[in-house]
Amino acid sequence: MQSITEKRYTDGRPNLRRFHQAKWDEPIIFELSNPGERGILPPPIEDGIRDAVGDVASALPDMLRRKTPLDLPEMAQPQVVRHYMRLSQENLGLDLNIDIGQGTCTMKYSPKINEQLARTPQITELHPLQPEETVQGILEIMYKFEQILKEISGLDRFSLQLGAGSAAIYAAASIIRAYHAARGDTGQRDEIITTIFSHPSDAACAKTAGFNVITLYPDDDGYPDLNALKEAVSERTAGLMTANPEDTGIFNPRIAEFVDVVHKAGGLCFYDQANANGVLGITRARKAGFDLCHFNLHKTFSTPHGCGGPGAGALGVIEALSPFLPTPVVAYAGNRYYLDHNRPQSIGKVRAFYGVAGNVLRAYAWVMSLGAEGLMEVSKTAVLNNNYLLKKMLEIPGVSAPYAKGKWRIEQVRYSWEKLCKETGVHSEEIGLRAADFGVHYWTSHHPFIVPEPCTLEPTESFSKADLDEYVEILKHVAHEAYTDSDRVKTAPHNSTVHRTDQAPFDDPSQWAITWRAYLKKTERGKKG
Amino acid sequence: MSICADHGRRLGLIVNPVAGLGGRVGLKGSDGAAIQQQALRLGAVPQSLHRAAQVLERLKPIKDELMLYTYPAEMGEEAAKRCGLDHTVIGSIVAGQTTAADTARAAREMQRLGVDLLLFAGGDGTARDIIDAIDDTLLVLGIPTGVKMQSAVFAVSPISAGDLTLASLQGRIRREREAEVMDIDEDALRQGIVTAKLYGYLRVPHEDRLVQGAKTPSSGRDKAAMETIALQIIDHMEDEPLYIVGPGTTTRAILSKLGLDKTLIGVDVVWKDKLLASDVNEAQLLNLLEGRTSRIIVTPIGGQGYLFGRGNQQISPKIIKQVGKANIIVVATPEKMDALRGRPFLVDTGDPETDRWLSGYTRVVCGYGEYSIYKISYAGEN
Ligand SMILES: Cc1ncc(COP(=O)(O)O)c(C=O)c1O
Repeated sequence: MQSITEKRYTDGRPNLRRFHQAKWDEPIIFELSNPGERGILPPPIEDGIRDAVGDVASALPDMLRRKTPLDLPEMAQPQVVRHYMRLSQENLGLDLNIDIGQGTCTMKYSPKINEQLARTPQITELHPLQPEETVQGILEIMYKFEQILKEISGLDRFSLQLGAGSAAIYAAASIIRAYHAARGDTGQRDEIITTIFSHPSDAACAKTAGFNVITLYPDDDGYPDLNALKEAVSERTAGLMTANPEDTGIFNPRIAEFVDVVHKAGGLCFYDQANANGVLGITRARKAGFDLCHFNLHKTFSTPHGCGGPGAGALGVIEALSPFLPTPVVAYAGNRYYLDHNRPQSIGKVRAFYGVAGNVLRAYAWVMSLGAEGLMEVSKTAVLNNNYLLKKMLEIPGVSAPYAKGKWRIEQVRYSWEKLCKETGVHSEEIGLRAADFGVHYWTSHHPFIVPEPCTLEPTESFSKADLDEYVEILKHVAHEAYTDSDRVKTAPHNSTVHRTDQAPFDDPSQWAITWRAYLKKTERGKKG
Repeated sequence: MSICADHGRRLGLIVNPVAGLGGRVGLKGSDGAAIQQQALRLGAVPQSLHRAAQVLERLKPIKDELMLYTYPAEMGEEAAKRCGLDHTVIGSIVAGQTTAADTARAAREMQRLGVDLLLFAGGDGTARDIIDAIDDTLLVLGIPTGVKMQSAVFAVSPISAGDLTLASLQGRIRREREAEVMDIDEDALRQGIVTAKLYGYLRVPHEDRLVQGAKTPSSGRDKAAMETIALQIIDHMEDEPLYIVGPGTTTRAILSKLGLDKTLIGVDVVWKDKLLASDVNEAQLLNLLEGRTSRIIVTPIGGQGYLFGRGNQQISPKIIKQVGKANIIVVATPEKMDALRGRPFLVDTGDPETDRWLSGYTRVVCGYGEYSIYKISYAGEN
């Protein structure tokens, strides 16, 4: 009998996987609506009940009753299930592919057992308005998770209220403002300093919170520019908001000096640790002198990203800033957990209630299953994976890793296909699309658009050496095709549901809609209806 | 792949056969017949035919719909033939003895034909000839061929010129940008002196590679940034000082917001929201400055980063010193900053001492309440 394993390798290198995405040509769910069709038929009200309470609906005050029925698709359950199963097959999600091409997003395996835990009725049936004494369990988990984050960061107090990283960053900016205001320093300190390769949320949230923003460009060696920082600080400086490592995977070796310069100018320092995947147990925000930091539970702490459910952010501060944290915070009175609402200096609520309970539970379960040593192992593996990938990637003709040349990176790298593009006319985006023909993908990175023909790869601890080898093999193959058969790459993907979208209409709002309602409004159909 | 009827597919091609001749043999340019002869004697091989053909190769996917108009022999016909593309030859030349006048004539005929895009293979001099002939009436794109390519009208390579042309003709790119055409005096350059003027602007197709992947359906990111820069500047304008406003589209946006006409390639002076003088020279500026406080508003030249000394020599070392370093307001859109790819701003005022004095870091207004700290170097510093 032929060996099935051998077939998968040539000279010890994995053969490219043959892949074809399912294609269902599935309509939009609103188009599937069939008037009168129902998924659930509530039983009619029994006579006895009707006799006792009368018309149940009339018990609702008039102002709360809809005048027109909800415009929802009318469908039976099997049709709904089939619809979503089909869509799920036209997808290339984390559970299907070697998902390292979504750099800065820290894609890692979300253990299914934690998912099961979060879906038990004890969690799903909780209501945020329940009395404290009936939610002691989740409050305990939140409290204990806070203790873990304190240990990881070295900071003194955390809020788990935030629904995403950007929400936490926004709260941090608001706290920086509240702090200066409390010292009577308001109008004066209106500038936040950030670096160009910090995540764009840092500048955006500072701006949203009302600050002017000063961006620093890298120095000649590709590191955040300390002299530029010295030039930027003044009596207007409210604070520094920076990631480290930055989105290039480069760690700022002078971070303590950065913090020092800003402190001396009277500003506060916020550490964007949305992605702390390379530094768990290795560095602490406190150690570098930071006053605030935040974590994304949906990155470092394994909870699913946006599309898999809500995100969650955790914002930590030093003791002096804890009065400003969003309200309420979870507290412990020695024998019971409670929500502390009595916080006169708080910036208020950034989001309703006290946190994304399901995600805090998932993150807590993840940490507890690893332990302190396990967390450090996570970071070491993520960094090792990344630098292994870096070495392999740089062997591919046409790829480079701009900035900090020759240095190792932390947990991700922003690569450039500039050379390949100049020589072949193939763009980074097209390489990513061609990779999809082999069942993996990447996207071309977000702002700032300085690295030409970029692609950011972030191989977290979830991926094995075999995974990384397969991924590199695919990119190597595509790069080779770019040099030898560029049309094949430029017309990719060939094995996906949708081959190419025409992007030109994105510039014309009359040609796109992001909801069914908007679509109806923007089309003739909507006008007639 | 077919082209929609409503998209342009009439392409003009002008090849400057002598562009780039001087480069390989170290002559810093190819302007003028004498230099061209000298270059040929030194063994220079014309680059432009080969480069133009590389571009046309990329257009093969639409060869059935393409209507290619070009000039005879080495001015385009040969490139079209080499690629086997159907084409219409217009005009006439004396082969082997073409001059700038032929380029200009070709451009005017393309203008009359109303081509949807005019490709030209050449350098700064060719771009200049096209502006002189037809101003910015046609959408154009430069195939980089010349020795000096200080202008921002060139694609980064023939291959990318081909892809940009294809996308533009297919209607996949509908945006344009105004790109600087620079004019460097070659004779002076050969003596080691760089004197560059901002000669004008041409319209080129603008592919915002940056929104690829369509994460951000941005329309005219750069235009929007200019608007917010203008608002930032105007909201913080003071009553007393004169504002000396350098050339450029970014500075034009400020004056437009004030309802004033900007001299695109010249220096204007604004006082109390009014235009005090237009297109001034150094002497006029010195006069106006007598006994007054003042500010300078400048934007670096796209792609090169020159803040002073290219295109705004009117703002001389003397004037810069008089206004004072602290009173220089630098404006630049994030897109322009990013396009510098980390290279510093440059100053080359002609006075080494002023250049040194200006170097260091500057604050740049990049949007409303948005700044960058950016490095300024002087020529020869590194
Ligand atoms: C470093 C960094 N900061 C902030 C964010 C923003 O987090 P979120 O997407 O949850 O708002 C991200 C996520 O992309 C990030 O990578």
